[in-house]
Amino acid sequence: MAEIAPEAEAYIRTDGQGIASLNLAVENLHCGGCVRRIETALAEKDAVTSARVNLTTRRLALHWRAEQAEAADLLGAVSELGYRLVPFDPDLLANEAASEDRALLRAMAVAGFAAANVMLLSVAIWSGAASGDMGPALRDLLHWISALIALPAVAYAGRPFFQSALAALRRGMMNMDVPISLAVLLAAATSLYETINHGQHAYFDACVGLLFFLLIGRYLDRRARSKARSAAEQLLLLGAVAAQVVEAEGKVRALPIGAVRAGMTVRVAPGDRVPVDGLVSFGQGEVDASLISGESEPRGVKVGDWLHAGTMNLSHPLQIEVAAAGDDTLLAEIVRLTAAAEQGKAAYVRLADRAARIYAPAVHLLALGGFLGWWLLGGLAWQPALLIAVAVLIITCPCALGLAVPVVQVVASGLAMRRGVLVKAGDGFERLAEVDTLIFDKTGTLTHGRPELVNGDTIPAPVLAQAASLAAGSRHPLCQALVRAAGPVPALLQVQEHPGMGLELDGARLGNRDWCAVTEAGAKDGNSELWFRQPEQAPVRFAFRDQLKADAAAVVGQLQKAGWRIEIVSGDRAAVVEPLARYLRITSWRANCRPDQKVAYLRDLAAEGCKVAMIGDGLNDAPALAAAHASLSPVQAADVAQAAADFVFQGEGLAPVAMTLNLARRVRRLILQNFSLALAYNLLAVPLALAGLVTPLFAAIAMSSSSLLVTLNALRLRGGRVL
Amino acid sequence: MTSLLVLIPAALFLGLLGLGAFLWALRSGQFDDLDGAAERILFDDEEPGSGPNADT
Repeated sequence: MAEIAPEAEAYIRTDGQGIASLNLAVENLHCGGCVRRIETALAEKDAVTSARVNLTTRRLALHWRAEQAEAADLLGAVSELGYRLVPFDPDLLANEAASEDRALLRAMAVAGFAAANVMLLSVAIWSGAASGDMGPALRDLLHWISALIALPAVAYAGRPFFQSALAALRRGMMNMDVPISLAVLLAAATSLYETINHGQHAYFDACVGLLFFLLIGRYLDRRARSKARSAAEQLLLLGAVAAQVVEAEGKVRALPIGAVRAGMTVRVAPGDRVPVDGLVSFGQGEVDASLISGESEPRGVKVGDWLHAGTMNLSHPLQIEVAAAGDDTLLAEIVRLTAAAEQGKAAYVRLADRAARIYAPAVHLLALGGFLGWWLLGGLAWQPALLIAVAVLIITCPCALGLAVPVVQVVASGLAMRRGVLVKAGDGFERLAEVDTLIFDKTGTLTHGRPELVNGDTIPAPVLAQAASLAAGSRHPLCQALVRAAGPVPALLQVQEHPGMGLELDGARLGNRDWCAVTEAGAKDGNSELWFRQPEQAPVRFAFRDQLKADAAAVVGQLQKAGWRIEIVSGDRAAVVEPLARYLRITSWRANCRPDQKVAYLRDLAAEGCKVAMIGDGLNDAPALAAAHASLSPVQAADVAQAAADFVFQGEGLAPVAMTLNLARRVRRLILQNFSLALAYNLLAVPLALAGLVTPLFAAIAMSSSSLLVTLNALRLRGGRVL
Repeated sequence: MTSLLVLIPAALFLGLLGLGAFLWALRSGQFDDLDGAAERILFDDEEPGSGPNADT
């Protein structure tokens, strides 16, 4: 099946030389091997002039000679490999973020260059001062050269901090960048003053050194955030699909969802999601609405039934008369609920910024106190008193903090990534660490979200294999479950499929009980069933149920033991939720919850003072995921749910949830530890600075060693058990 | 003293050379796909995208 979004043509740009170019987002791209397979497949086409996959952004840039090939042929070659391609317009995606990343990297390079060269000169000055054989003229010369390097570098590399500090001050707020900017600017100014007046101490090396360290931290932080953002962008991009609109003469035309109007007729192929809300006008079959309602069982639909956007068509082509499209669909309603929930959530203030609110005023008061104390009481002239105040500001500059939190963040994200958890929110770990209540969705989160054969043991293997080969060509979820249970079987191509009834081949029938002419009374175990009847033999019943993930009970037990309160909130029926909750020993559960009821329940819990983490996968969970204090979502989840979640975990089990929770607590502990380290360092160094004992050499050593210490402490996260 | 007049400009020149090289690399897109570049070194055939000339 070639899954090329048909609107690709609209995104092709052709230049003067007849070279066409197209940008595509690639789904399912995991590693270098994928990159190679895609690029090789495209390179084999004569028309392609260049094809390059970017693994970081998961995008493909394709150029080819327009008259030699159609886009669909080229993209088909990639789709056959199993990668879904979605064209996009690169101008529409936020390129500002990328250019800001680059500006930050440039500033870091300039600061690094300046720090290295000024330090080189500073070493000469310090050793000259220590040995006593450097004349004042040479010292002034070296100071002047340092100034010539450092001042332009500060002006250029300091801009990210100055801008952010100014923006904060304008809003009447305090952030980490205010003390940083003040320290750097004051140190640069007094150093210049000292240099002009042939002074002994200049802090040019401290200025650029500080900027360099802080820019490293800023860049790491920024990179983690832009990675998270690009993951979210990717998800939204893949959500954009076209609707197949049936026109008057029976022709089918692909239209963007935004252009579909009420009254049009839309065709939905088996395996596709319904793009609009509407009434079935032609065809019958089964649909999977689990993403919308959380209900795990497929249900039958016929002409006149109502379908919501996002429902998956399972068996047969359907035509739907559009009742509502775009902004009026349930999907759009859920997206709106999600956005509202995000806005309604109180803005989380990161640990570092919370620390800055106390730290910055304290430091400024100390420096001012030092200046006034020495000047008015200590009997110093105002210049040396100011120099002492500057030394206090430099020493207390939150270099270690600026570096420590991002390094912890980066190490933790790397660890999580290797264990199959994608960290989407920059402050996700900090929020998750505060959580005391976990709310699980049922379908697709605690369970697999698809039926599994439950009575496989009672059925002879040859019968199972035969039924499976009959079922192998069908997309029906029960048939697919049968094939999964039987293992690899040859698919029989001559099988006939009868909509709403079942399959047939040479008299053997697989399908519902009427189709197989079953007369015996049905078992009342609430399972879905398929019957298989071979000629001259008794019918065999296959029973299916949406089963718990293999490690669900273990993980839930482990989390309960560790002290988290666990609840289930599901959109499914109480009859299904109740036994499952009892089995998992979860006393508090809710069934039949609509998306807005889930959000309301989360709000109630938050009002009681609980910090709630939501774990869910459905479209119906998306608003709750956005409203929760922190949220996780499995990789099989609906796009909107993944976009709303802070973490996306891979794999079939729930073990990554426990891992992420534990990792988050370790991250928080480490961040607090680093704060204490930085505080201890300040308690040691500030009295020295206030006493006027801090020389530029001392400042340089203290600064680098404290940064190094917190970085090393952050790296401890790599060792040690996480689970 | 005169050696300083040579050495300081020499040190600055070398530093600027490194800075220039970095800025050039940044501008020419060397930092756009850090993950992909790490894996590309393992591709051992001819460069993909160079056309269908693998008729050896």
